[in-house]
Amino acid sequence: MTSVDFSIVLPEFLLAVYALAALLFAVYTGKDKTAGLISWLTAAVFVVLAILIGSRSTGAQSAFNGMFVDDAFARFAKVGILLAGAAVLAMSQDYLKKHDMLKFELPIIVALSTIGMMVMVSAGDLMALYMGLELMSLALYVLASFRRDSTRSSEAGLKYFVLGSLSSGLLLYGASLTYGFAGTTNFAGILSVVKDGAPLGVLFGLVFMITGMAFKVSAVPFHMWTPDVYEGAPTPVTAFFATAPKLAAMALFARVLHDAFGGISSDWSQVVALIAVASMFLGAIAGIGQKDIKRLMAYSSISHMGFALIGVASGTVGGVQAALIYMAIYIVMNIGTFAFIMTMERDGQPVTEIKALNSYWKVSPTKSLAVLFLMFSMAGVPPMVGFFGKLAVLQAAVEANMTWLATAGVVASVIGAFYYLRVVYYMFFGSDVEPLDDTKGGVANIAVLVVGLIMLVGIINLFGVDTLALTAAEALVR
Amino acid sequence: MVGLEHYLAVAAALFVIGIFGLFLNRKNVIIILMSVELILLSVNINLVAFSSFAGDLVGQIFTMLVLTVAAAEAAIGLAILVGFFRNRGTIDVEDVNVMKG
Repeated sequence: MTSVDFSIVLPEFLLAVYALAALLFAVYTGKDKTAGLISWLTAAVFVVLAILIGSRSTGAQSAFNGMFVDDAFARFAKVGILLAGAAVLAMSQDYLKKHDMLKFELPIIVALSTIGMMVMVSAGDLMALYMGLELMSLALYVLASFRRDSTRSSEAGLKYFVLGSLSSGLLLYGASLTYGFAGTTNFAGILSVVKDGAPLGVLFGLVFMITGMAFKVSAVPFHMWTPDVYEGAPTPVTAFFATAPKLAAMALFARVLHDAFGGISSDWSQVVALIAVASMFLGAIAGIGQKDIKRLMAYSSISHMGFALIGVASGTVGGVQAALIYMAIYIVMNIGTFAFIMTMERDGQPVTEIKALNSYWKVSPTKSLAVLFLMFSMAGVPPMVGFFGKLAVLQAAVEANMTWLATAGVVASVIGAFYYLRVVYYMFFGSDVEPLDDTKGGVANIAVLVVGLIMLVGIINLFGVDTLALTAAEALVR
Repeated sequence: MVGLEHYLAVAAALFVIGIFGLFLNRKNVIIILMSVELILLSVNINLVAFSSFAGDLVGQIFTMLVLTVAAAEAAIGLAILVGFFRNRGTIDVEDVNVMKG
């Protein structure tokens, strides 16, 4: 029995052993001199684990008395998380080296938070959920304040810590109520208790848990931390925040709602729909006045989370599939955009003002074109890949008889298009200012071009992500 | 006779005090850390009360996990706070304002 359990959690176990071994190795040898080596090694381990998990083809298995579930849904999320983590680590190297932040702790903390995310998306029990969530969050608080000598970074860390621990507290209070009134912490157990009408206490617990999870996906009205943390944290860390943890939290959201509360979707779908609408509009409107591109990306991610939540709110197989497709596309777009932000510099200093992009096409026409594709994709302009993500979630909402939600989504995406197009406008038609440096070479520059290309080539078949997402969604929604 | 509802009431009161402590406190970040601890403790009371009245041990195991995580969280919070203090020379809540959000 134990050996079967361990074979199911093997990827998480290997990653944990790797993180500890890497920490010991770095401390006993060259400390920060080994940082580059450990970063690449961590990225390689992520890719290997992603292949290992992706090649598993068994059906749903559970370990440790149902605490840990390994199904197609968890595998989809884990592969996405690991690949996003590997991509961020790889493209951050040059930036970290240039700005003297290449410390060996960074990849190790990223690995630890990744273990948390993997446990989280596989959770089959409130305890596993909480432990995974906290392992992720505690590592992320440290990452946000990673530049110890920077006022902004430590302030970002402090704000993230305070609001993040509040959200964990809310989620935990909800978990305790759910446990008390359902009599079990097991998701399958909760599902069987609530199948003919949930007790009032369980509903209270559900609302608190939705609140806690909405914090983690930075959905309105629990989004306050996002702009400050995105702006204050070092750019590679922001890139990580915008990708892997968002996918993990969204997957957890879907997991809890369907695995534990699937029988009472009428009770939560309106709440989630409301959060989704508020996020889409706030993200689209509040982003308009932003001058800093990292803050802009924060509001952009709030808006994108709203769209992904539409899929979750539909409460159908098609809805979960759409949310997963949307998240996969969102992550790829963000990797490209943050790779570009990391290459923005003037006289060797990083620049994050949007105005600094004026006439950027004269500096680098190819990169400008790639960013044009990216921004069009973010705005959901056909025929870029981003359009198909939006189409999928809106279609899911219409099929679930929530036409008003789909209409709101279309309106919000039109409003949001303004600030993406403004970036493009500055790059191609803006007035002449002191130009940015023309940075060449390095993983980040390549990543911008590759992702820009993906935005075009991906429309052929979305690289098969939609069929994988369908298998994942079918494993979750029963 | 002290019943389950009494324990739940105490826990709910502690929880609300914790939330208010987070939002109303304008003085010191340390008080925020204390409020977070209060929230987690209220959850623990809830879990132990439910566990004891239902005759089910899972809740108490959950409490052990929460206690461990709370300790780790306090350690990380204080570490971040020390880093912040070194940069700004203050831990007043009103001074956490370099970025307006």
